Amino acid sequence: MDIYLPIAGLSVNALVIVGLGGLVGLLTGMVGVGGGFLTTPILIFYGIPPAVAVASATTQITGTSISGVLAHRRRRGVDVRMGAVIIAGGIAGSIAGGFLFRLLQQGGQIDTVIAFLYVILLGSVGLMMAREAATALDILKPRASQAERPARRHNPLIAMLPMRWRFYRSGLYISPLAPLGLGFVSGLLTVLLGIGGGFIMVPAMIYLLGMSAQVVVGTSLLQILFVTAVTTLVHATTTRSVDIVLAGLLLLGSVIGAQYGAWLAQRMKPELLRMILAIVVLAVAFRMALQLGWRPEEIYTVQLL
Amino acid sequence: MRRLQALLPALFAPPFFLAAWVARAGAARRKAGALALAFLAPLMMAQAQPRLVPDISHRQVEIRYSFTGAELLLFGAIVYPGGRGPEPGTDVAVVLKGPLEPIVVREKQKVAGIWMNVERVRFRSAPSFYAVASSRPLSQLVDERIAAIYELGLGSLQLSPGGGASADVMQRFERGLIDLRRRNQLYAEYPRGVEISEGVLYRARISIPARVPVGTYTAETFLIRDGRVIAGAAREIRIEKLGFERFVAEAAEQWSFAYGVTAVALSLLLGWGASAAFRRRYG
Repeated sequence: MDIYLPIAGLSVNALVIVGLGGLVGLLTGMVGVGGGFLTTPILIFYGIPPAVAVASATTQITGTSISGVLAHRRRRGVDVRMGAVIIAGGIAGSIAGGFLFRLLQQGGQIDTVIAFLYVILLGSVGLMMAREAATALDILKPRASQAERPARRHNPLIAMLPMRWRFYRSGLYISPLAPLGLGFVSGLLTVLLGIGGGFIMVPAMIYLLGMSAQVVVGTSLLQILFVTAVTTLVHATTTRSVDIVLAGLLLLGSVIGAQYGAWLAQRMKPELLRMILAIVVLAVAFRMALQLGWRPEEIYTVQLL
Repeated sequence: MRRLQALLPALFAPPFFLAAWVARAGAARRKAGALALAFLAPLMMAQAQPRLVPDISHRQVEIRYSFTGAELLLFGAIVYPGGRGPEPGTDVAVVLKGPLEPIVVREKQKVAGIWMNVERVRFRSAPSFYAVASSRPLSQLVDERIAAIYELGLGSLQLSPGGGASADVMQRFERGLIDLRRRNQLYAEYPRGVEISEGVLYRARISIPARVPVGTYTAETFLIRDGRVIAGAAREIRIEKLGFERFVAEAAEQWSFAYGVTAVALSLLLGWGASAAFRRRYG
């Protein structure tokens, strides 16, 4: 069943796209990540122009994160004040990222930068997750030093920042500059990579900011919701590469997949879920690394002026 | 052309009238007249040459939701003057050309173990689509000079590369571009794609892929004999997005902010709708 994508300017098999959305949605529902890191590379492998893939994947993440935000809000798992600060940083980052994206596009280095960032981010996060999940599943022995070292609540660098605010839900008294900066980075990544950035934000919120665990996922989702919405607008007005038909097809699959994923998540060991996620993340990183190092199929690329 | 029309009565007039006309004309006028006569001679001969009556299966190609490409049939008749029958050795070449665009072609090279774009060449007028079909391979029909004049064949495209790079670098990039677009079916050669029946009717099929750019295309037909183009005719084809696809593409360009808001609203609605529906079903 072929459908013509008006912005990407080519026909795709609608069932493949809906299926991809469903797969990503399943993962979203199971482990609570946006899944953009999976959607964007697969769309690019499928032949969608990178700019369109990044922009449309961003739109899709907005849709998959809304149900998560609503669910966490019902369970009072969202720190709105912390979220607002991070979102403010995220919006600034996403606008700055829009300019950076254009600059890299004109210089012809956007593909390399995207692939490079993917390899570094996904590779390191994937390794961390895999090790942690393997330890929890008793595949790996926990390192003695790690087990004995007392968990440090506050990062000394962040404690040094001036102007402290109280974040009651997160149980923190820290400078808003830290979450603001974190938001900025995630906004940048959202524009450049078409990811929500949850898999970077969640560890950063826990280990850098020291937020209490029950509000981390909800707050991260809230931030993803807003930042991806703003990023969609940034893409729509600057690169003009949001394909509403492509995003719609992806959403159709992913919102349904997410519901089944959530249902499945209640029936599986959480460590196993994290292991699955780690393997998927590492596989994507590996594929991207191959793309960088292997002789590409196309030596020449064409860009319209 | 106007000059020709002015001279026409003089040509058919009796010689004494012509002499009187020439005598009355000034020196400059005489020079112009002689020049016009020189131009006219081959054209008078050309009237004895066959003529082309081309047509196309679609004057308009509509890109709609299920567009997976199209096949154009370019056909027509060769009309021989004076009711003469078909003459052997007459060949036909059909060129379908998309709008010209300025592009940058980038070349990847391995730098420190990573493949990345290093060199680039700008082409000011690369056709977004180019297909040529001929009744015999083009190399057998015309020489390089004629091929370059009429842009017959992928090797004879006038891409007007921007200055800066050396000739062999340009050639390398041109080859790269043509090879890439060939595999994307944007550039094509059909060496025996034109079928001539009874020496009078010709037809060629040219397929257009789904990722074809929109715009006004020209279909040129050339009648070739003895290595020369003896007649030519052109038709225009419009390839455009229609209906919903056109609306979306236009909205994204013209009302980009409203388009973005709509995209966000759509995704929120779908996401919220699905979670609401499933909550009702599964509690």
